[in-house]
Amino acid sequence: MAMAADDIEAMIRAGIPDAVVEITDLAGDGDHYAARVVSPSFAGLSRVKQHKAVYETLGGRMGGELHALQLTTAAS
Amino acid sequence: MMTDDINARIDGIVKTNKVVLFMKGSPLFPQCGFSSRAIAILDHLNVTYESVDVLQDQAIRQGIKGYSDWPTIPQLYVDGEFLGGSDIMMEMYESGELAALFAGADTAQ
Repeated sequence: MAMAADDIEAMIRAGIPDAVVEITDLAGDGDHYAARVVSPSFAGLSRVKQHKAVYETLGGRMGGELHALQLTTAAS
Repeated sequence: MMTDDINARIDGIVKTNKVVLFMKGSPLFPQCGFSSRAIAILDHLNVTYESVDVLQDQAIRQGIKGYSDWPTIPQLYVDGEFLGGSDIMMEMYESGELAALFAGADTAQ
């Protein structure tokens, strides 16, 4: 079961309230997304920790029903 | 106990190889676009690396996710440390950080 872009965005925002989230449906098939997440809360965190923080908001869906989410993160 | 065994196995692989990529498929025949992208980056930087095909080993395929607390494959390890997946590799490649890292690590061919 694929996820809608709006659902992904809503989950990330719920977990990281100050995040600016930009979702792109890469293939137009509702299954391959790119997400860019910018949050001041990422300041000082390694890239791995920034990505893990985003994955946490998705509650275990990453690698499961969300197979293809290209993620980039930044603090500002 | 199974978990301890697989963690010890993965730890051995990670600690005995300077650069190791856990991926789906082989460098010549990657079985997933993300693994393919990771290989392309390493090849482009002329890095010597070891690869582990998780599709050939279900225990590692599941175990590696717990080992690094990271939900997806590929996963790149350099000098025993988890560096990231293909997105982080791409970011670090584009910023030049990855080239600098491998130049410093003396892993270039």
